[in-house]
Amino acid sequence: MKNVKLQTHQLAPYIFISPFFILFAVFGIFPIGYSIVMSLFNWKLTGPVGFIGLENYINVLTVDPYFLKSIGNTVILLITGSLLQHFIALPLAIIVNSKLVPRKDFFKTTYFLPYVTSTVAVVIIFSNLFDANFGLINYIIEQFGGKPYPWLSMGLGIKVALSTVLNWKYVGWNMVIYLAGLQSIPADLYEAAEIDGAGTWRKHISITLPQLLPIIFFAVTLSIIGGMQIFEEPFIMTGGYENLGGDQNSGLTAAMYLMFTAFKAGRLGKASAIAWILFIVILIFNWVNRKVIDHFSGKD
Amino acid sequence: MRGTRFARIITYLVLGLFSLLFAFPFYYVFVLATWPGDRVLEFPPHMFFGNGVQENAQILFSRVPYLKNFLNSLGIAAISTVLTIFFCTMAGFAFAKYKFKFKKQLYQFVIATLAIPGFLNIVPFYKMMVAFKWINTWLPLIVPGMAGAFGIFLMTQFMENSIPEEILEAGRIDGLTEFGLLMKIAFPLAKPGMAILGIITFIGSWNSFTSAMIFLPSVEKTTLPVALSMLNSRVDNNMGGLMLGTALSLIPIIIVFVAFSKQIIAGLTAGAVKS
Repeated sequence: MKNVKLQTHQLAPYIFISPFFILFAVFGIFPIGYSIVMSLFNWKLTGPVGFIGLENYINVLTVDPYFLKSIGNTVILLITGSLLQHFIALPLAIIVNSKLVPRKDFFKTTYFLPYVTSTVAVVIIFSNLFDANFGLINYIIEQFGGKPYPWLSMGLGIKVALSTVLNWKYVGWNMVIYLAGLQSIPADLYEAAEIDGAGTWRKHISITLPQLLPIIFFAVTLSIIGGMQIFEEPFIMTGGYENLGGDQNSGLTAAMYLMFTAFKAGRLGKASAIAWILFIVILIFNWVNRKVIDHFSGKD
Repeated sequence: MRGTRFARIITYLVLGLFSLLFAFPFYYVFVLATWPGDRVLEFPPHMFFGNGVQENAQILFSRVPYLKNFLNSLGIAAISTVLTIFFCTMAGFAFAKYKFKFKKQLYQFVIATLAIPGFLNIVPFYKMMVAFKWINTWLPLIVPGMAGAFGIFLMTQFMENSIPEEILEAGRIDGLTEFGLLMKIAFPLAKPGMAILGIITFIGSWNSFTSAMIFLPSVEKTTLPVALSMLNSRVDNNMGGLMLGTALSLIPIIIVFVAFSKQIIAGLTAGAVKS
């Protein structure tokens, strides 16, 4: 009797965690593995029409005019929409964390709200703000004597509008991550520096930044993984697959081109190849990020 | 003393400015939702409420089955939430409170899957959904993610500290089975963690767009964000209806978030502090 009980005790945890592994095998590993197979075929919506080896990959990387363009757009938006905002988020976190601010939760809530808002709603609102004829942004520009700009129908304007949306939506998220990191730095580090006569600026450079490096790595990694997959914002803002990212394909991101290739052009094999190339690009970027952080923490 | 006063003013100026930047678009969409369709876009832009809500509502409900979309979103989010809480609490209980072979490796594997980009499996996954005849059903939006890695991570973190070993031992002596321990001891004690996971899951499901667009192409069967995007891309787009639809879709999220912001933020950023 005791033996049986011991057995269920040993077996129970495996049963409790099994749903994850079953679902991941069926809906994760299997399709991920299968997409490698599909990427080696000329695979239309109806099915495979011939094994072509690495041709999809070669075609995407050398001949296809849109793919490299889409990677370029994605990298630009990654920088202007996802990475540069860390220079806003971290100082903002330091300010919110300062002793001068009593109601930190109010600011946390306000800054974080965009992050939990649906992308569709956000883009609809910002499309309105950036409207060429009646948008609030052009109105403000005109009040200051500037000329209105057709944001959503010019290549550059599309990038500005998309970057604005991404910054608006994610600065609060990064700010809150940094705030959590700041609050975990031991206070006596700062006290020691104060005794040595270090000013505010000095303290942040020599204590805050080094202490936060692991958090910065974490936050930037999330930004890279998320930023390289940007799809919904440009998709909705530039009016779906049909426009291929608007003027000069300026809003065509790699993920959007992948989706276009699969669900609009029906070229499933090629879309699978794009997915794997994009995955490798993300791995490289994260590796670079790791190297940069290691460099600053003196690990290499 | 003068220095601190100056610093205080600058601090509040900066924080106030950012608060305005983040809050204004929400205010603005509610303002525009109250102006009739042909007057939403006007120069100078509206800053105060109009009186076109009724007209906008009529247009909105005549162009998309808004109430149906609302209920679809609600149904999918509610079922996802309940199932996610159940499966993730169960797995979290195992990782937090049992000793078993390969536990560490299995847990690290679960966490590592969080870094896999969502697009990597999308093409074959779509073919699978077609083969399963799951297109235009709620299943693709509920089943694959219902034992999600993030939820398992969150519940493991939570249960490590909230369930004392002694209570589990006492339960075993009282003759509870392992499943009994889960249902009678773990679930009640994990309630605060389950609430956080539930709210986060609900918000995520409510906002999700891409998978709903792919797997629920029919306007009758689809969710709010997809219906809004359909409305947005219509040639005869009526701005009043669109703005009202958008504003209404935000209300549940704003209420839930403002009520539970502290817990939601703590839950969503749990990974940052632990990393």
